[in-house]
Amino acid sequence: MAQQRPLSPHLMIYKPQLTSMMSITHRATGAALALGSLLVVWWIVALATGAEYYSFVQSIIASWFGQLVLFGFTVAVFYHLSNGIRHLFWDFGHNLTIEGVHRTGYMVLASTVILTALTWALVFFG
Amino acid sequence: MAGQNAELKPQQRSMQTSLGKVRGLGSARKGVSHWWMQRLTAMGMIPLVIYMVIALVTVIGDDYTTAVAWLQSPLNATAMLLLLGTGFYHASLGLQVIIEDYVSNEGRRLMAMVVVKLAMTGLAALSMFSVLSIALA
Repeated sequence: MAQQRPLSPHLMIYKPQLTSMMSITHRATGAALALGSLLVVWWIVALATGAEYYSFVQSIIASWFGQLVLFGFTVAVFYHLSNGIRHLFWDFGHNLTIEGVHRTGYMVLASTVILTALTWALVFFG
Repeated sequence: MAGQNAELKPQQRSMQTSLGKVRGLGSARKGVSHWWMQRLTAMGMIPLVIYMVIALVTVIGDDYTTAVAWLQSPLNATAMLLLLGTGFYHASLGLQVIIEDYVSNEGRRLMAMVVVKLAMTGLAALSMFSVLSIALA
């Protein structure tokens, strides 16, 4: 019988915080982008296959489901890009304070929203 | 163990057990390279991702001929090849860490690692070959 030692609190005990939620979101968007890369590969392979197959893929991309997936893809790209830059600043020793991680955290969220909005404005009005 | 270590200078003595050594546990001395390559590919992809998002948004609704002509331009083809190469390498490094963190069973971890590494390599090869076949056609 193992000795009963105090255990660290389980993950669910903690109140969700900006820092921890943004950390796991970085990982989740990274995994999602790895999966979403299948779409990019599919699009390129379709382009290399020929006009007929390409227009078939295009029609799926243009469908509401395709657009929804693409929207999620752009959100994941811009979140992972912005937060990745935040990580690089940490690697150089910047913003490693409670104030710093919160300020840059909100900057990443704002940047994700702005870049996603700009991209889709370009799609619809560009 | 003790006799073996006694012949070595103090800084060469290992804390690792014989069993650990045989099973290949402990540092693989690849940590710094993994960490550095993940950052290096990340930095390289900042301009590539921004370029490709802008380019794809303008080209994705276009017809086949326009899209092919777009990918045949040397600048676009090079940017796409670089993005695919660094992207799949970056993804393989990132997914590796996720597997190491969450898959504790040794057999399953090895299997997941093999699947991810082969899948990322395969996708990189397929997509990069496709780009080249369009660009060099």
